[in-house]
Amino acid sequence: MNWVAIRMLTGDRVKFIGLVFGVAFSTLLITQQLTIFVNLLMRGGVAVQEVSTANVWVMDPATRTADVIYPMPITALDRVRSVSGVAFASPLLRSNASIRTPEGDLEGVTVIGVDDSSLVGIPRRMFEGDPARLMDPDAVFIDDVGSRKLFAPGQTVIGSQLELNDQRAIIKGIVDSTPTFTAQVTLYTRYSNALNFVPGTRNRLSFVLVRSDANVSPETLAGRITEQTGLKARTTQQFTRDGIDFIIENTGIPINFGITVVLGVIVGVAIVGLTFSLFIRDNIKQFGALKAIGVTNRKIMVMVAAQSGLVALIGYGLGLTMAAGFIGGGAAGSDDFKGFYMPYQIPLITAALVLAIIALTGFIAIRSVLKTDPASVFR
Amino acid sequence: MSRFAISVRGVAKDFPVGDDKIRVLHDINVDVNAGELTYLVGESGSGKTTLISIIAGILYPTEGRVQVFDTEIYDLSDNELVMFRLANIGFIFQQYNLIPTLTAAENAAIPLIADGMKRDEAVERGRVLLEKLNIANQADKFPRQLSGGQQQRVAIARALVHEPRLIVCDEPTAALDAKSGRRVMDLLREVALSEDRAVIIVTHDNRIFDLADRILAMEDGRITHDGRDKAILMQEDAQ
Repeated sequence: MNWVAIRMLTGDRVKFIGLVFGVAFSTLLITQQLTIFVNLLMRGGVAVQEVSTANVWVMDPATRTADVIYPMPITALDRVRSVSGVAFASPLLRSNASIRTPEGDLEGVTVIGVDDSSLVGIPRRMFEGDPARLMDPDAVFIDDVGSRKLFAPGQTVIGSQLELNDQRAIIKGIVDSTPTFTAQVTLYTRYSNALNFVPGTRNRLSFVLVRSDANVSPETLAGRITEQTGLKARTTQQFTRDGIDFIIENTGIPINFGITVVLGVIVGVAIVGLTFSLFIRDNIKQFGALKAIGVTNRKIMVMVAAQSGLVALIGYGLGLTMAAGFIGGGAAGSDDFKGFYMPYQIPLITAALVLAIIALTGFIAIRSVLKTDPASVFR
Repeated sequence: MSRFAISVRGVAKDFPVGDDKIRVLHDINVDVNAGELTYLVGESGSGKTTLISIIAGILYPTEGRVQVFDTEIYDLSDNELVMFRLANIGFIFQQYNLIPTLTAAENAAIPLIADGMKRDEAVERGRVLLEKLNIANQADKFPRQLSGGQQQRVAIARALVHEPRLIVCDEPTAALDAKSGRRVMDLLREVALSEDRAVIIVTHDNRIFDLADRILAMEDGRITHDGRDKAILMQEDAQ
C-alpha cells in the first residue's frame, strides 16, 4: 500500500511541492544558520589553532583570549624556559594598531610579532613569498583577506609600503590565514619589529608559545608552568575553547542564531503541518474508503509514514544541498566566509529536527485519519 | 451451513445526542439470500445507511447479531473484522471515492494490493475486470478524465476485483442519468450476482426499483416492507 500512498502524495503536485519546499526551506535555514554560528564561534579559537608548533600557551593570569590580552614583561619568557619539560618557548606579541595605506586611508590591523629566529607563530601556508623574507628589515607578511581589503585587484602587494606607528613596513609575503572573530587585517612580523610597530608600553609580551617535551603531556606541562611561574598556562585545546566560550558569554550571537534556528523549526512545522493537514483533509474520503474496504489502521499509519518519509527525504536532501552550496560557495568566493565548513554534526542535528517536524506534523495528520469512521463513507 | 448470505437478528443501534441517546434502528430481523439483488429503500433518516453499515461490518450494533456467510462478524476482533471485510465484502460508494491520482486500472486493483498481491499482477487483474465492464480503453485514464458512469464502473470493478461474496452498494445510480443508472444495474446483476453471492443496494432511485429481486423498505428505523411484491412499493412511491 506504500506505493498507493506515494502515488496519492506525488499526484497532488501543488501540495507535494509545498511540503517538499517547507522541509527544504527549514533544512536550509537550520543548517545554514547553525553552520554560520559554529564557524563564527570557531573563529574565537582560530588564532590559537593556527600556531601548530606550540601546544601550550602561557599568558598573564588576566588574559582571557588571543584577542583579550594583558601583556607581560619579557622576563616571563625566561621563567617559562626554566620549567622542566619545556622543549622550546617563543615570544608572541599580539596588538592592535592603525596603518596608513598607500592611498592615505587609516585601517585597523592586528600586528603579530613572532620569534625572531624560529618564526614560530606564522601560518603554515604562504600564497606568495618565502618565510625567510621575514628576516628582511621592516618586513611584514599580510594575510590574504587583508591584502584584498587594502589593495585593489591587480595592484602590486609584494613590495608595497605601509606606515605603522610612524615606521615603515614593507610587505614581503602573503600568508594563508583564516580571519579571526574580529576579522581585522593581520600583519605578521618579527618580535623585534613588532615592538617598533605598536605603540610602546612597559610590558609588551602577549604570550609565550611552548612546546612540551615528548615525554610530557601538554596538560601536565601547563600545570607545572602555572605552579612554578604563577602565569596562566593553557593547552591549545583549552585556549581554543576559552576563545569560543568568550564569544558565547559576551555576545548575543548564540541567542540570535538560536532564535533563527527555532524560527526554522516553526516555519517548517507551520508550512509542512498546514500543507499536510490540507492534503489529508482532501483525501479523507479516500482514506475512509480504504478503511471500509479492509485496510487496517496499521497499514494506514505506514502509508502516512511513507508519505511523510518521502517528503522528509527529498526536502532534507534539497535543503542540505542548498545549504552546502551556500556555505561552499561562500567559503570559496567571499572573504567573510573564508574557512567556513559544515561539521558533520550539523546535518545530523538538522536531520533530527526535520524528523521532529515530520513526526509532529505526521502525528497530527494521522490522528484525523485514524479517527475517521469507515462508516462515514456511506454518509 | 445457513442458506442465508446475511442473517440479522435483533439488531438495534443507538447514537449519542448530547447527554442522551437516540435509537435509530429497532429490533431489525432480516435474512438476505445468496443469488439475490436486494434493495434497501426508504426516506432519508429511515435508518437504511445505518443498517447497511452494520451489515457491512463497519459500524458496531448496540444490540443484536449479524451473520455474513455463517460468520458472526461482531464476534471477530477489530483486526479480524477488517480482514473479513477485505476478503468477503465489496463496496460501491455513492461518490465512488476513487483515488484521483491513480489510473482506473490501479484504482480497481486496490483491494488486491491491500491484500498483499504484487502491484503489477493486481493492476493486470483490475484491467481484466475493466474489460469485462466494457471500459478497457479507459484503464489508463485518471478519474477526472472519466464520465460519472465510467467512474461508477471503475468503482464496481474495485468492488469485484477480489471476488467478494457480498457486494454492498450505496446509491450506485444517484449521480447518473436514468439510462446510465439502468445500465449500471444491469451490469451489476450480470457480473456481481451468482448463486454464492449476494448484492445489497441502498437506493432512493425509484427508476430502478423494477430491477430488484427483493425490496426491503425502511421507516423510522424499522423494516416496514419485506418482499418481492415490487409493484405495490412502486405504486406507493408513484403516489
